[in-house]
Amino acid sequence: MSPLLAILRRDLALLLPGGQRGGTLLPLLFFLAVAMLYPFAVGPEPELLARTGGGVIWVAALLAAILPLDRLFAPDLEHGFFDQWALRGIAEEAVVAVRLLAHWLSFGPPLMIAALPAAGLLGIDGETLWMVELGLLAGTPGLAAIGLMIAALTVGLRGGTALAGLLLIPLAVPLLVFGAGALATGGASGIAFCGALSLLLVAIAPFAGGAAIRAAREG
Amino acid sequence: MQASGLTAWELFCRRGDRLLFGSLDLWADKGDAIHLVGPNGIGKTSLLRMLAGLLRPSPTFFGNAELPDRGSIEWKGSVGLLDGHVALDEHLPLGKALRFWSRIDQGEPNADRLGLSPLLDVPVRHLSTGQRKRAALTRLLAQGVDHWLLDEPLNGLDSQGVALVEELIAQRRAAGGVVVIASHQPIRLPDAQILDLREHPA
Repeated sequence: MSPLLAILRRDLALLLPGGQRGGTLLPLLFFLAVAMLYPFAVGPEPELLARTGGGVIWVAALLAAILPLDRLFAPDLEHGFFDQWALRGIAEEAVVAVRLLAHWLSFGPPLMIAALPAAGLLGIDGETLWMVELGLLAGTPGLAAIGLMIAALTVGLRGGTALAGLLLIPLAVPLLVFGAGALATGGASGIAFCGALSLLLVAIAPFAGGAAIRAAREG
Repeated sequence: MQASGLTAWELFCRRGDRLLFGSLDLWADKGDAIHLVGPNGIGKTSLLRMLAGLLRPSPTFFGNAELPDRGSIEWKGSVGLLDGHVALDEHLPLGKALRFWSRIDQGEPNADRLGLSPLLDVPVRHLSTGQRKRAALTRLLAQGVDHWLLDEPLNGLDSQGVALVEELIAQRRAAGGVVVIASHQPIRLPDAQILDLREHPA
């Protein structure tokens, strides 16, 4: 088995919901909890819920993306995994790219599935749900890439997790504007732009993350 | 003439504002061992990480002037590192945790060699310090590299384990490997170069 496949297998075992690096189900439960609490907070009028529900799903998805950040790199750097990979000539960029894939698989598709019951809770109609799902498909890779870069940059800092959350939110605004904005305008162009942003972020993330990991090791 | 396994020139190590050592040259034939000694904080671990390629040597100094050079380190062959990090997944049973590395290294870990066979089902986090060291050694052996960098390889090992490590080092050297060891505990290394980092001040 090639080294990167072995690493991907380990990453998936660690990060997928129910995986071994504790708390992997939390983002999903958090996401559903937000969708469940929202009608209690704003009142049960179906019109209001249907109009704002798509946006709430987006905000909940964004916040759920923050939860796994502290588990992405810190334990592996601390336990010497990155040192051993480097000694075997496996580039940090490759490890980060593999982890980006595993990280997205661990929260993107599960969130899209969880959006179905969330849409039921918020009384969202089928057409809006379709736009939400498309938007999440286009936007979650970008969210994963931003989160990954921030996790790599803050890996050597004490209290890095809280900082990571604060850093992610402003950077995710463009994705939110175009992804959730498509719900209001009803056009697919916003989603297309959101997807383009995502691709750009995904392309940058391995290089930025790899450089950040190397810097953390030298520090 | 024997080919050299390790050649390193003009290594400087600076941590923050402090220069730990400077102008360090290393040369080791195949089969040589270098024993790093010196008090805590003198830069033994930093030197090992430098030799492993994990830490860039600091810029060279000449008098007070910083030069753009960063020294040079050259190995003939592959290098493995054993340090305080076991690099095995804490929650996994030892056998599975070792298998992750054997997939990458394409080498079967031999748990018998270090007396770990009865522990293959025990999660790594339940292992004692000495058992973790044995697990890390098993990983290093299965990696099948030419040269070893060992940072305190005897920490936590019992007398039988110490004898085993000395034997493994002797075997590695007999096979033409260079072994660089930082150890505070007495370790039997026949004909090893002793390198005291205190003699290489900036």
